[in-house]
Amino acid sequence: MPQVKILEEVCKGCGLCCDEVCPVNILVLSPDRINSSGYHPAEVTDNSKCIGCGYCFKICPEPAIEIYK
Amino acid sequence: MKQLFGRPAGLTDISQRYCPGCGHGIVHRIIGELLVKLNIRERTIGIAPVGCSVFADEYFNCDMIQPPHGRGPAVSTGIKRSRPDCIVFSYQGDGDLAAIGTAEIVHAAARNENITIIFINNAIFGMTGGQLAPTTLPGMKSTTSVQGRDIKKQGYPIKVCELLSGLDGPYYLARTAVDTPKNIINTEKALKTAFTYQIEEKGFSLVEILSMCPTNWGMTPVQSKKWIENTMVKYYPLGEYRNRAKEEK
Repeated sequence: MPQVKILEEVCKGCGLCCDEVCPVNILVLSPDRINSSGYHPAEVTDNSKCIGCGYCFKICPEPAIEIYK
Repeated sequence: MKQLFGRPAGLTDISQRYCPGCGHGIVHRIIGELLVKLNIRERTIGIAPVGCSVFADEYFNCDMIQPPHGRGPAVSTGIKRSRPDCIVFSYQGDGDLAAIGTAEIVHAAARNENITIIFINNAIFGMTGGQLAPTTLPGMKSTTSVQGRDIKKQGYPIKVCELLSGLDGPYYLARTAVDTPKNIINTEKALKTAFTYQIEEKGFSLVEILSMCPTNWGMTPVQSKKWIENTMVKYYPLGEYRNRAKEEK
């Protein structure tokens, strides 16, 4: 099963990966977590739904997303 | 576990100093991947522009040079002619390429120099604070056109792909965007084609990439992504404007 890993310290919380990009809608901007740059990083709500398409990685400008299988 | 997607070896580990949601990072990642995929990283010389991506020499894991404003195509020409074995790409923004560097890009294209130009079009001057650029859309607000671009005062935007496709020189011209995964995949294909043509010594290739600038557009990253999709693409249609390889078939 694919595993999405968000590099919280690299993420700038732009939210590009959270909006209509993920086909199974499992990415959101974390409402309570804050990284050392002051951004709310993206987080995965339910990793078991991930299909490993890589769209979130492709649209991430940093890239702060890694996908493992 | 095997890594399917992750930071490519063509990029350094330095954190990029772009605003959240900036399209530069996406294009950097694509180039970083291509340097590895095409196995050209060791012999590539990149040209960093003047603008937000002026620090691109720190981000790409290949040799880089930073010439004066707009002179990327001229410096690329010099490097390519003295070191024809090297792969040379010039990474430029719209202020760099379409304003001060117009002469250089037009003549490099007319000479069909064997170089690759990566042109980031975000319709505004980014680093200097959101002034009107040659590519700013009619009616679009910037800090020097607060009522929106008035075509009677500031004229019409420059469409670089259409402009250069009027010349006989260029071998490959394409316009893509980085607003959706589909368009990003098309950008990957276009950049791969452009680099491949340079490796095959076909000639001049330019890929214009519509990219978002949420900070200077005064939008959130998600709004700016949609603005490209709904407004910018209508003025700057995506597609291949010249592909000699297909024409010759």
